[in-house]
Amino acid sequence: MAERTYLQAISEGLRQEMRRDDRVFIIGEDVGVYGGAFKVTQGFQEEFGQWRVIDAPLSETAIVAGCTGAAIMGLRPVAEMQFADFISCAWDHLVTVAAKQRYRAGTPVPITVRLPSGGGFSGGPFHSQNPESSFAHIPGLKVVCPATPADAKGLIVSAIEDPNPVLYFEHKHLYRRIKDEVPEERYTVPFGEARVHREGDDITLVTWGAMVYTAGEAAQKLEEEEGLSVEILDLRTLIPWDKRAVLESVEKTSKALVLHEDTRTGGFGAEIVATIAEEAFEHLDGPVSRVTAPDTPVPFSPPLEKAFIPQVEDVVAGLKELAEY
Amino acid sequence: MATGTAVDVVMPQMGVSVSEGTITKWLKSEGEEIAADESLLEISTDKVDTEVPSPTSGVVQQILAQEGETVPVGTKIAVIAPGGAPGEAAPAEAAPETPPEPATAEAATEADQAAGAESETPTAAKPEEAPSVEEAPPAPAPIEAEPQPAADGDGRREAKFVSPVVARIASEHNVDVSQLEGTGRGGRVTKKDILKHIESGAPAQAPAEAAPAEAPAPQAPPRPAPAPAAAAAPPGAGETVEPMSAMRKGIAEHMRRSLDTSAHVTTTFEIDLSKVVGIREKLKKEYAERHGVKLTYLAFIARATVDAISEWPWMNAELRGDSIVVKSYINLGIAVALEGGKGLIVPVIKNAEGMNLLGLARAIEDIAERARSKKLMPDDVQGGTFTITNPGGYGAIHGTPIISQPQVAILDVEAMVKRPVVVTGDDGGDVIAIRPMMNLCLSYDHRLVDGAYAAQFMRDLKENLQTWDESAY
Repeated sequence: MAERTYLQAISEGLRQEMRRDDRVFIIGEDVGVYGGAFKVTQGFQEEFGQWRVIDAPLSETAIVAGCTGAAIMGLRPVAEMQFADFISCAWDHLVTVAAKQRYRAGTPVPITVRLPSGGGFSGGPFHSQNPESSFAHIPGLKVVCPATPADAKGLIVSAIEDPNPVLYFEHKHLYRRIKDEVPEERYTVPFGEARVHREGDDITLVTWGAMVYTAGEAAQKLEEEEGLSVEILDLRTLIPWDKRAVLESVEKTSKALVLHEDTRTGGFGAEIVATIAEEAFEHLDGPVSRVTAPDTPVPFSPPLEKAFIPQVEDVVAGLKELAEY
Repeated sequence: MATGTAVDVVMPQMGVSVSEGTITKWLKSEGEEIAADESLLEISTDKVDTEVPSPTSGVVQQILAQEGETVPVGTKIAVIAPGGAPGEAAPAEAAPETPPEPATAEAATEADQAAGAESETPTAAKPEEAPSVEEAPPAPAPIEAEPQPAADGDGRREAKFVSPVVARIASEHNVDVSQLEGTGRGGRVTKKDILKHIESGAPAQAPAEAAPAEAPAPQAPPRPAPAPAAAAAPPGAGETVEPMSAMRKGIAEHMRRSLDTSAHVTTTFEIDLSKVVGIREKLKKEYAERHGVKLTYLAFIARATVDAISEWPWMNAELRGDSIVVKSYINLGIAVALEGGKGLIVPVIKNAEGMNLLGLARAIEDIAERARSKKLMPDDVQGGTFTITNPGGYGAIHGTPIISQPQVAILDVEAMVKRPVVVTGDDGGDVIAIRPMMNLCLSYDHRLVDGAYAAQFMRDLKENLQTWDESAY
């Protein structure tokens, strides 16, 4: 084990996978000479050369389309969007071609698209979004949202190994802020298995990404102040998501709250809430609730952004409301 | 105030085959006010323990049966006087109309009819419908709305929201949610509230599920006057005395009645399970991993039994009066012992004839689990047509089980034991081999099933197990 930041963990996973499998290559804007906007691929071009760490023109369309072709021909491309927000340019190739290729022709499309996402640093409406639910809605794509350094490393390896297009949402706010022990050797973290971030009996809180930490602080506070015991499930992957773990926890607690940084309407929380209502109805002892960002673009202004992104006190209020119900 | 007439409360009938009930606790005493549908007392029958709600608002005028007393269904046990007028005139009015006998007789006839109907399900789930109330005739209770708000006191009784999980737990444990204090918003009863109530040893637990041992007893013959309970002698030195639970009484009555009814004969067959052992070894892992099901020997035996029954339909029949009733469906009862061996439940796998090995394994696991966790529904323990009991798990190698009425046979599964047996060797000569052997003991009702019939059934069952055809199951 070694201590790694979330960012270092991603970097290490990528590097080890590239050393192990020479079909793996990286393509993106400024990923080579510059080492990536966030320096995830710093030093990669020196080690792996220009043909495996490719600086692409400023065209997300070209990057994802190129990856799709290379994947169909047997390579394992890892694309970096400089910001997750920019993936909209590549929508057509991802959704129309990559997601459906295997269904139409039986050809695997093992591409990984790295998506630095999320807000919290006043990045404004074009550099702070969490567009995971848009892609979770598309059959044929997988969606991964690690919260811890250990998961970040294990999931990037799993994403590269997976024969399907995988969208890997890495939360920018966690990059250097979160540090933890990470196994030094290469390993994988399976898709579709939630991680119990905190055990509890009174309320189930389902979340992912940076919100895992917001949830943790809120739960800690409520335990100290109110003696409330909150179970936090970190989904780790949204497609597939660990329905069984969520339902089992809800059967135990009978109350559930879903927390996400993405906006409310059509957010992935809605899918989870609906599933709980459908499949755990007879176990419920309160309304299944959500704490999310409101339905607006992400504001620039720091106070407004703080009001937009769910804060610890928002989660505390939501949990209290549910506990008192 | 109300109607001016007193209302009698009688022992309700909690299922077609239930003919009496025991008063476990009066929740109100004489002179106390009570609102309509408020719980008046708790009773215990051999089918279910429940609370009995008051049929009307008023004052408890008279309590006619004491706690611990067992009375026939229909017996008058209390009188509720119209509100505010305890004692006045009521006895005179109530008297003419309530001879307990007719009520009892009626109930008995009803029971017989229902028995014939076969599908009638004695439901434990709706106690509030049960109490047959006999009102004195004169004034047919005009709806003289809500008598005195005082009866409701703090307004606790206004309808409060009951969440899905609370509703489910309440129905599983027969709890009246409106009687509980809630700690949720606006006094709502939360899941924690109701669980606390149940853990506190509140009345009326699972017995709805407990009854089964006795469940299929529709014929309900006029009780063979139970040996007039030799007025219980006081405990001697070194003895402890405890009252029989309703379940214990149910089992005792049923076992005795079965021996009085059927002509029991038991036959034993010795089975070589080598083939089954091998197949189980092979399938076990796959069943666990792919289906999450534990593949037990019992599942094999159940499956082979169902097959043998289809060749020998009288094993799955019933004597009803002078008729032989043969059933096309096989409802397999599986005896499950409760904790500590005190008491048993016989949950039933419905339509076992339509299940393959996997289906039966899954069904057995399901009912056994629900039996132990007290999650069986009344319907789960009724309508059995053939029973399997499995004391082999404890090492038994022979048994003479008692038939569950009105069935005609019960199969006793004994322990599998490795034994030296003489088999034919490769060269055609006799050799001694170590084989996993198991005894299967069948008790059958000789009134219907003759020795040859039973033996042929067992021969086929043995054959099914010894030559297990994997592709057929």
